[in-house]
Amino acid sequence: MGGTLGMNAQLVTAGPSAYWYLTRSTGAVALLLLTLAIVLGVIDVERWNTSRWPRFVIDSLHRNVSLLALVFLVAHVLTSVLDSFASISIVDALVPFVGSYRPFWLGLGAVAFDLVLAVIITSLLRARMGFVTWRAVHWLTYASWPIALVHGLGTGSDASGIWLLTLSILCIAAVLAVILTRVIVGWRENVALHGVALGSAGAFLLFIVLWLPSGPLSSEWARRSGTPPTLLSHPQTTAKSHRAR
Amino acid sequence: MSALNSTLTEPLAPMAQQCVPALPRVLYGVPSRGALSLEEHVAIHGTLPSTGGRGRRRARERATMLIEEIERSGLLGHGGAAFPTAAKMRAVAGARRRAIVVVNAAEGEPASRKDRTLLETLPHLVLDGGVLAAEAVGADEVIVCICESADLGIESLTRAVEERVAAGSGHSPSLHLVVVPAHYVAGQESALVNYLNGGPARPTFTPPMPFEQGVKHRPTLVHNAETLAHIALIARHGAPWFRQLGTPSQPGSTLVTLSGPLTYPGVYEIEHGASLSSLVQAAGGTTARLRGALLGGYAGSWVHSDLLSGIALSNEHLAPYGASLGAGVVLLLSEHACPVAETVRLAGWLAGQSTRQCGPCAYGLDALAMTVLEIAGGIAQARAKQRVEHLASLTARRGACSHPDGAVNLILSSLETFEAEFAEHARHGPCDGCARPPEMPMPYRAVSQCGSRGTRR
Amino acid sequence: MSQRARVNPIACEAHGMCAELLPERIILDEWGYPIIDGAPLEIWQVKHAIRAARACPTFALLVERDRSPAVAHARSEPSG
Repeated sequence: MGGTLGMNAQLVTAGPSAYWYLTRSTGAVALLLLTLAIVLGVIDVERWNTSRWPRFVIDSLHRNVSLLALVFLVAHVLTSVLDSFASISIVDALVPFVGSYRPFWLGLGAVAFDLVLAVIITSLLRARMGFVTWRAVHWLTYASWPIALVHGLGTGSDASGIWLLTLSILCIAAVLAVILTRVIVGWRENVALHGVALGSAGAFLLFIVLWLPSGPLSSEWARRSGTPPTLLSHPQTTAKSHRAR
Repeated sequence: MSALNSTLTEPLAPMAQQCVPALPRVLYGVPSRGALSLEEHVAIHGTLPSTGGRGRRRARERATMLIEEIERSGLLGHGGAAFPTAAKMRAVAGARRRAIVVVNAAEGEPASRKDRTLLETLPHLVLDGGVLAAEAVGADEVIVCICESADLGIESLTRAVEERVAAGSGHSPSLHLVVVPAHYVAGQESALVNYLNGGPARPTFTPPMPFEQGVKHRPTLVHNAETLAHIALIARHGAPWFRQLGTPSQPGSTLVTLSGPLTYPGVYEIEHGASLSSLVQAAGGTTARLRGALLGGYAGSWVHSDLLSGIALSNEHLAPYGASLGAGVVLLLSEHACPVAETVRLAGWLAGQSTRQCGPCAYGLDALAMTVLEIAGGIAQARAKQRVEHLASLTARRGACSHPDGAVNLILSSLETFEAEFAEHARHGPCDGCARPPEMPMPYRAVSQCGSRGTRR
Repeated sequence: MSQRARVNPIACEAHGMCAELLPERIILDEWGYPIIDGAPLEIWQVKHAIRAARACPTFALLVERDRSPAVAHARSEPSG
C-alpha cells in the first residue's frame, strides 16, 4: 500500500476522479432501474393491465428495464475498478468479500451482481430450461435487491448525503408497496409463501430502520465499515462535508 | 360376479376343438373362485405359440407374422377408444429404440370391472398377450399396471408372475407389476406413462406420444388388459377364427360390465353386435323397470328406456343413437332413481376428478356442474340450457386429455335423453327420487391427492 | 408447408399476452384461457405468432409445422 499511497496522494490534490463520480451515479441508476424492474415484474405477475398498458407491454418493459439495469451495473463495476482510489480489482467485483476496501459491504455488491447475472442469463436462455427451474432462479431477484441496496448504503462514502438516502428510501418504499399488493392479491393461493414474504419484507424494513442511524449515518462509519486506514483521512472519504446537493 | 362360472372338476377340452363358433372365448374356463394356475391355463390353451427367439431373423419373422395376423383379425382396442390394435403395434415395432410394453389394467372407470376380473381369474391369458406383444414389437420388458383398489387382482397377478418365473419363462421379456393410484384419469395413456416415469398419475401434453417416447423415453406400447387377452387367443387360433363372431367392422367377442337392477349383474362376454336384450336375459333379467342405459362409461352416452329393446352392442349399431360401447360398460338405471339427481352427482364427481392442470377443464367442469345443479334445484337462471351449451363448447377439446370431452359428452347426453325430467326439475325443483341414495358408483372422492395446484387464477 | 399455433393447456396459466399480440387468431374465454382455431396461419400472421410465443411467460404457445396425420388420433386414447 505504501507505493500506491504516493500515487494516490498526487491524485488527491486533483480532486475526486471522474470514475469516482461515475461509479456512484451508475450505481445509483442501477439501483433505481433494479427497483423499477422489480416493480414491473410484480405488476406483470399480478396481471395488471389497462387498454393503454396491455400485458405484453408491461412484460417487455420489465425485460428491457432489467437489461438496462445490467448495462448500468456493468458500468458501475467497471468504473469502480478503474477508479484507483480504493484499489478495487475486477476479482473483488465478482467474488464476494475478498477485497481490501470495506470488504463486507463491497462484497455484498459482488453478491448482488452475481445474483443479477444469474437471473438475467437464465432469462435469456429460458427456452432451454424447464419453467420451474427458471422460476426458482428468478426468485433470486428478491434476494439481490436488498443486498444491492444495503451495499449502496454501506460502501458509499457519502451514504449520509441526502441524495443517496432519499433514493434508497424511495426505492424501499416502492418495493415494499408492490410486495404488499402482491401478498394481498395472492394471499389465498398460498398462505405460507406469502406469509414468509410479508415477514421478510417487514424484517428488512426493521433492519434498515435500526441499522441506518447506528451504521452509515454515524460519524464513525468509514472506519467501522472497513475503509483501509491509509484512505481514512483522505479528502474523498471525508468528502461528505462538501456534498453536491 | 360372472354368471359364466365353471368349477373345473373335469378337464376342459382345448378351445380349438370347438367346431362351432361359440362363447366363451376369453372367459373360457374361468374358475368360480381364485385364478387359473399356469398348469391349468396351459392345459386349456396350450403353450404360448412362440417361446423365445431361436435366431433374430426368425424372431423378427414371427413378430411380423403376428402383427399381420392381428391386422387380419381386425382387432380393436378394448380400453375405450377402439383404435386398431395392429396399427399401434406397427408404430412401436417400427421405432428404432428398444420398446416397452405396458399392460393397462388401471381401470379408472368406476362402472367397469372387466380388467380387474380378468387379472383376478385369468392372469396368464393376459400375461401371454403381453409376452406376445413384447416379442412382436421387440420389447424386453412388460409392465402390468393395476389399480391399487384391486386387491385380489394384485394378489393373483403376483402369484402368476411367480409361477412363470419358477417355470423359467418369466425373464424374457421380464415381467413387472406396478400398482397405480385409483383415479379416474390414472388409466389414461400419458398419465400412466407419467406415473411409470416417476411422476404423478396425471396426463401430460402430447406430442410426443407414448408410442414415440414413453416409459424411460422408449417407444411404449400401451394396451388394455383385455386387448392382450384377445391377442393371446388370436395367436393360437388365427384371424379367421376370431372373425367368426362379431360384426365385420367390429369382429370378435368382448367383455362387458353389466350393472344395475339385474338378477346377476357382473362381467359377461358377448360377441360384438349381440342385442342388449339377450345380454340382459343371460343376466337373469332385470329386477325393476328401467329409465335408461348408460353405455360406454362416464364419458359415454345415455339411451332412453323406450329405445333399449332395439339396441345391439357394437359401435356401428350404437352410432345412430349417439352412443358407443367404450370400455364395455352397460349401466342400467332403474325407474326408482332420478336421472337428474344422478347427473348432478356425476357432473360434480367428474369435475372433482379433473387433475386441474388445464384451466378450461377445471373451470369448465366446475361451471357445468354448478349449472346442472341449479337446473335440478329449480333455481336455474334464465337461458340455463344455452349456458350449458356455451360452457360445453368452451370446455370440450381444450384440455390435454379427453377427460373434459367425455364429461361434456355425458352431461349433454343426460340433458338430451332426460329432457322431460330436467324440464320438470327446472320448473318445480327436486323430486322425491332426488333424495334416494345414488345408484351410480362414484368412488375415489379425494382426488386432490392427484396433485392439484390449489385454486387456479 | 403451413404453420399452426397451438396452446399447451397444461403449461398455460392464462396470462393472456398471446391474445394481445395475435388478436386476429386468438381470443380469450371467460376464464382468460386462449381459444385458437386449428386452421393454418396466414403468412403475415406467422411472425406475430412467433412473437406471441416468445412473449408467453410459460412457453405455452407453440408455433408448429403441420404434423403428419398418423398422429392425429392422439387425443382420443383413454386407456388403449
